[in-house]
Amino acid sequence: MTDHPTPSATTSAAATTSAVAATDVVQLTAAATAAAIAAGELSAVEATQAALDRIAKVDHTIHAFLHVDAEGALAAARSVDERRAAGERLGPLAGVPLALKDVLTARGMPTTCGSRILEGWHAPYDATVVNRLRAADVVLLGKVNMDEFAMGSSTENSAYGPTRNPWDTTRIPGGSSGGSAAAVAAFEAPLAIGTDTGGSIRQPAAVCGLVGVKPTYGGVSRYGLVAFSSSLDQAGPLARTVTDAALLHAAIAGHDPLDSTSVDVPVPAVVEAAGRRDIRGLRVGVVRELAGDGYDPGVQAAFTAAVETLTALGAEVVEVSCPHFTYALPAYYLIAPSECSSNLARFDAMRFGLRIGDDGQAGAEEVMSRTREAGFGPEVKRRIILGTYALSSGYYDAYYGQAQKVRTLISRDFAAAFERVDVLVSPTTPTPAFPLGAKVDDPVAMYLSDLCTIPSNLAGGPAMSLPAGLVDGLPVGIQIMAPPFADDRLYLVGGALEEALDAQRGHALLDEAPAL
Amino acid sequence: MGITRDEVAHLARLSRMSVTDDELDALAPQLEAILSAVARVAEVAAADIPPTSHAVPLTNVMRPDVARPSLPVAEALAGAPATEDGRFRVPRILDPDE
Repeated sequence: MTDHPTPSATTSAAATTSAVAATDVVQLTAAATAAAIAAGELSAVEATQAALDRIAKVDHTIHAFLHVDAEGALAAARSVDERRAAGERLGPLAGVPLALKDVLTARGMPTTCGSRILEGWHAPYDATVVNRLRAADVVLLGKVNMDEFAMGSSTENSAYGPTRNPWDTTRIPGGSSGGSAAAVAAFEAPLAIGTDTGGSIRQPAAVCGLVGVKPTYGGVSRYGLVAFSSSLDQAGPLARTVTDAALLHAAIAGHDPLDSTSVDVPVPAVVEAAGRRDIRGLRVGVVRELAGDGYDPGVQAAFTAAVETLTALGAEVVEVSCPHFTYALPAYYLIAPSECSSNLARFDAMRFGLRIGDDGQAGAEEVMSRTREAGFGPEVKRRIILGTYALSSGYYDAYYGQAQKVRTLISRDFAAAFERVDVLVSPTTPTPAFPLGAKVDDPVAMYLSDLCTIPSNLAGGPAMSLPAGLVDGLPVGIQIMAPPFADDRLYLVGGALEEALDAQRGHALLDEAPAL
Repeated sequence: MGITRDEVAHLARLSRMSVTDDELDALAPQLEAILSAVARVAEVAAADIPPTSHAVPLTNVMRPDVARPSLPVAEALAGAPATEDGRFRVPRILDPDE
């Protein structure tokens, strides 16, 4: 098979009309894969086997997968093929393979969260996201790597070793959903589920050249998503195209009584919005505060060029000030560790997971302490201690209390901005992917990766990262932000901009990724 | 402001996490650096700003009070480190003298 995707294959459904040779299957978009299966040009088993073969070929280099469930995936694919043959009408993603971030529970597979403390643990229930994927006949290939408990921006905090960026295997794939992004960028799966607490879908999408979306908080159920920071965590899609992301978003979104923070409102019409391709008259605000010192000049240039393209497409672009966004990062690194220190108290060695030192003599507290020492990695320990400090009496008002007030100010900045514009834009990350190891011992430098993405988590609104271009051969992203429950605007802008940028360069950005 | 090695050790105890001397040596300066980077939140948030704990305006979400099937005991215990008589088996929770 050709390792390098041929230009038209990833960008157009035209590839399906030619024979759909096995060699091209992994390069098809999710939409094209599903269309080929529905038309009988490709079986779900063939699509799944092609993905499994690709994983076998490249994953020893990329290390996206922690667990591959070949048997379960092929059984699900066979079921799709049988029901299609029987004339059953199937959904728009039926038979499409997907990589699942290992922070969501799925029966029949381990759930580790990238941590030693859950090594070998199997959840006894499916996350609602997983339930909906199964109901949509999406084929789950297995679980993919992540920073431990989703804390990190590089996937280097996984207890099972780092994942590598398919564009340059000496560099990080972003994080915490680095396995999800690398699997899609390496053509191991056309779709992946990630989770985003401070940018953990959008930053990996940006540095791997993908589309990644954090839906509105409350738009996608958190039931079965192992909690890190409950008021911020949100699952969402990673894909190679805006339409693919929209199809996956639509499949997983919607109210769930099992999650008390799930909101009972209609799912925005994201798939329709992705196909509209007309943004004339749309008001776009460039956030003044998300630029300047610390931003790579190449990132800034790619962003500026993408904004010029929005203008050329008929959008009205203005500059907007969100003065409190500069306080988002400090507020986040108080709120998220505080919630983490509380949430991770459940890993107590009593009911599930690792237990160390239970020799019949040691008491429960000693066993707990020894287990948590052995089971958690350095970043998780840092955040638990930081959160415990920020919540301590005497410090609570100065840290956690103040951070919650900043959260209010950031929501007000968004509200004021959205009175003037329909969407906000910024670079997704200040820099392209950095080399593995470059920031592991400098947590503050690592945290700066999330500078642009955190405001949307704090205020709850949806945001997308879309490939903007390359800087020295490495992808960078443009971020689009919308008000809560206006997720469709991301797809409207993303669909139009993706089409224009692909037309400018004559192919999808991912077509320039080196062969693996 | 500042966070000492002893304070870090105390916080680790509160968090029920043993830490080695080497870890304390590494953690104290890292936490100090993080705290000095995040202390800026004090600059802007005035007394008249209400706190936001959650982005979604939902309060007291209830479900109907009806019994639903729950996990069978065997499945609920399948991931437990130790079990006895259909229950979680845990180390002693009281000191022998108490």
